[in-house]
Amino acid sequence: MDTGALNSYLPLYVRAFFLTVRIGWTGIALSLAIGIAGAFVLHFKVPVLSKVIKAYVELFRNTPLLVQLFFIYFGLPKAGIAIPAETCGILGLGLLGGSYMTESLRSGLDAVPVSQTESALALGFTKRRIFMYVILPQAVISTMPAVMANIIFLLKETSVFSAISLMDLMFTAKDLIGLYYDTTECLFLLVVFYMIMLLPVSMLGSFVEKKVRFGIYGDQV
Amino acid sequence: MDPILTVEHLHKEFDGYTVLDDVNMTVNPGEVVVIVGPSGCGKSTFLRCLNGLEKIEDGKVLLDGKIINPTGVDIAKDRQKIGMVFQSYDLFPHKTILQNITLAPVKVQGRNKDEAVREAVSLLERVGLSNKKDQYPRQLSGGQKQRVAIVRALIMHPEILLFDEVTAALDPEMVREVLEVVLSLAKEGRTMLIVTHEMAFARAVADRIVFIDGGRIVEEGRPDEFFTDPRTERARRFLDSFEY
Repeated sequence: MDTGALNSYLPLYVRAFFLTVRIGWTGIALSLAIGIAGAFVLHFKVPVLSKVIKAYVELFRNTPLLVQLFFIYFGLPKAGIAIPAETCGILGLGLLGGSYMTESLRSGLDAVPVSQTESALALGFTKRRIFMYVILPQAVISTMPAVMANIIFLLKETSVFSAISLMDLMFTAKDLIGLYYDTTECLFLLVVFYMIMLLPVSMLGSFVEKKVRFGIYGDQV
Repeated sequence: MDPILTVEHLHKEFDGYTVLDDVNMTVNPGEVVVIVGPSGCGKSTFLRCLNGLEKIEDGKVLLDGKIINPTGVDIAKDRQKIGMVFQSYDLFPHKTILQNITLAPVKVQGRNKDEAVREAVSLLERVGLSNKKDQYPRQLSGGQKQRVAIVRALIMHPEILLFDEVTAALDPEMVREVLEVVLSLAKEGRTMLIVTHEMAFARAVADRIVFIDGGRIVEEGRPDEFFTDPRTERARRFLDSFEY
């Protein structure tokens, strides 16, 4: 491997890395916000809104991110709505992730047995407090692995951003390969930077999961 | 002495099917009433109607002469005066034993946390579980969980305790440790309404036995009378089914 080439490409990768991380995490934050709101609506069976959320989930869960990005980036301007590429990336990732998060968090809320609510009611808790102290914590604990898996999945999905001309890691690698044919070096750096981006998230995720799940699930993974 | 609990003409239906039909009952302070009857006769549903976990179609339930309204604004307050222990314990799995017990007194009754912890520990000592206070429910046996559930109800200082088949999910050797706790509560003069299938226990703990079948009170009386010489044919057949 040509270390000279590696050194000269490094700054470009670092820049792409920060762009990818920025868009990725902003999109994830958006997906969590959508997911929490969507899960509440579905869990509490809010009329009308439930139907809207269900349609949204099916639409975004069953279409690829690339197609969604094309619609937002190339389609919306035709309707007179032009959005900068970076915002498109965040929006696309947030909407795709939101559909996954909605389903994960909803299943966590629904999975808390009714008997938990009843025993809390019998103690004199109000419905609102039961949700705060009994249902929500258990739901968060049980959906932790699913939410972490979604986050990692979404970070990897950022690799299609290059299709809407965002200079992310994938774009940078393809661009450099096209210019200089240093395929090995460019792909090597690509893998390294994805690992730098994802490995800490994955490890931190496992650590947090272990911590919060100890009460209910003990040491078993 | 005025009764703590009065039930008048209680009528309960599930999807048009009558589960409880014109049930009347009074429970006086310090009295231990044990409800027995075949499975599906409506015993558990009856208890759940008393603290508003089930809505009733007709009749009324009065606590200290005041009507319990499951959809009223006071229901959460009323429920604090009615302790309930369930068959499946229903401890909060994400909280330690101590947190399970102190959550309601602190968050619902607004009591001082240190004071609640002190009382929780002394109650745990009483049921022989103070060494488990920092463990999680999953680390306890069924009998231990049920004793914690009893403590969780006791710390609210309820006027009346409802026990819904609290030993039905337990292994035989654990049944005893739970029943002994219930028996000691009866001895200190607590007002209790107990649903159980443990006939020997019912006989030992009850001031009065109420036999329910098909959603109606079929027979009511002192335990020695009921168990040795039931007045109704239905009660006789029910008691016979416990003998081999």
